[in-house]
Amino acid sequence: MPDPHASAVPPVRRAGAWFLVVAIPAACALAFAWVGGWLSPQRLTPRRLIDQFQANAGVYPGYRRNHAKGVCVAGYFQSSGAAARYSVAQVFAPGQRTPVVGRFAIPGGNPYAPDSSVPIRSMALRFAQANGQQWRTGMNSMPVFPVATPQAFYAQLQAGQPDPATGKPDPAKLAAFFAAHPETAAFRAWAKTAKPSASFATESYWGLDAFEFVDAGGAKHAVRWRLAPEATDAGSAPPGETDYLDADLRRRLAQGPQRWKLQLTLANPGDPTDDATKAWPADRATVDAGTLVIDSEQPQDSGPCRDINYDPTVLPHGIDISDDPLLPARSAAYADSYLRRTSEEAHLPGSARTPVQAQPEARP
Amino acid sequence: MKNTTGLFALPARVLHWLMAAMILAMLFIGVGMVATVSERHAWLLRIHKPLGIAILLLAVVRLAVRLRRPPPPLPADLPALQKLAAHASHWLLYALMIAMPLVGWAMLSAGGYPVMLGDSLRLPPIFPTSATAFAVLRHLHTGLAMLLLLTFLAHLAAALYHGLIRRDGVLASMVGRRREQ
Repeated sequence: MPDPHASAVPPVRRAGAWFLVVAIPAACALAFAWVGGWLSPQRLTPRRLIDQFQANAGVYPGYRRNHAKGVCVAGYFQSSGAAARYSVAQVFAPGQRTPVVGRFAIPGGNPYAPDSSVPIRSMALRFAQANGQQWRTGMNSMPVFPVATPQAFYAQLQAGQPDPATGKPDPAKLAAFFAAHPETAAFRAWAKTAKPSASFATESYWGLDAFEFVDAGGAKHAVRWRLAPEATDAGSAPPGETDYLDADLRRRLAQGPQRWKLQLTLANPGDPTDDATKAWPADRATVDAGTLVIDSEQPQDSGPCRDINYDPTVLPHGIDISDDPLLPARSAAYADSYLRRTSEEAHLPGSARTPVQAQPEARP
Repeated sequence: MKNTTGLFALPARVLHWLMAAMILAMLFIGVGMVATVSERHAWLLRIHKPLGIAILLLAVVRLAVRLRRPPPPLPADLPALQKLAAHASHWLLYALMIAMPLVGWAMLSAGGYPVMLGDSLRLPPIFPTSATAFAVLRHLHTGLAMLLLLTFLAHLAAALYHGLIRRDGVLASMVGRRREQ
């Protein structure tokens, strides 16, 4: 007699009760699957974004899925105190010196790409504040980003996927992408004149996305920033060489620390904070927040930057993300890339092991 | 102290329904935030960490309540296998309520992230920085979340079975209605 309590219940009600016992948990499971993206193959997820990076460049276990080729650096940030009016972040306090672990890199998922393959260089920094909070930022050597949304960025990656027949992106697809995305015009205008620099040290690095500084009164100030180099002897890339950036940096650091000024640009009311394709007008107020001093470098496969995810939404009290839609997308995608490469480092089952492209084949 | 009221103690009932809402929300927040690149990612992540720590604290309180105020006994006519499943799933839920936030906290510590619960409230790391430990703990966090979801679904189905099919007072003992004899 398994169920004595139910004997008095009419069969229809009993069937209805059984339906609920099954249907309510099943509805929960379905809702969970929907939120998790398993029922919406069209939704842009971090996984699909990083899969597209892998489709474009191949899989190099242990390496970042973008900006894969780089070098670790270390130093400190010396605050001028001028930014403390706009942000209560400890890093901006007058006289504050904050240790920094950084990374210079070039965009793309191939850690063996020639330095001259792209005209863009990048700088990522992690400021470790004395109070334990951190400020992480990833910047590029261009004043505007090509696209404003993660969806457009994904479309750009898809358009740039190499054609299996030629090993190069299909020019027609790229042309179609740019035609469909007029917001890329400012970036393309920059790219037309940009040359791959011979040095990381002579480049400016823009934060691209807007952020909000929070002052002591709780007021918010929309800002963007740029690290402007002290070194001005920018040369052109040595012809025929593929790995000159690291050597150049080592040579410069052997002579002395390399410095950048952290220049903040304050938005005027109405300046777009949600569109990284649009530079703010040149007459906006700027603040010299202090000096970044880089005094050492380490190889990226053993240096302290290796295991840092330079997620630009890891911020101290006093800096907030803006409404720029690229910021949450970067956070989500970097986290996916970080999990893949740390899983590969840990040799976990299911993580990538052998490179799909051997090193020499990656060199043109 | 034997429970003869046929009901869970009031603190146990309040904690149960409060934490049911929090844990269910947490499961959806967790799976949602890693599956989107939209602005939802940022604000879900902002809720996820303080909510997880709140669940950890409440779970410890709840465990103390459970040990001091035992629940009403299961119906005497419940088959032994179902009794075993009930007890095992309850202790599994307790274990997961406590393990999930700790694994999440340890995972962020291992990844070198500051564990921020708000604009300026930061928890200390509870695990040394290690990329490989991060990867293991991150996968463990997902695995335990799936186990928690499945245990929750079984718990929900069992509650409905007791309330709608057996009508044996088990669901009523947590809802707070005294069993009518």
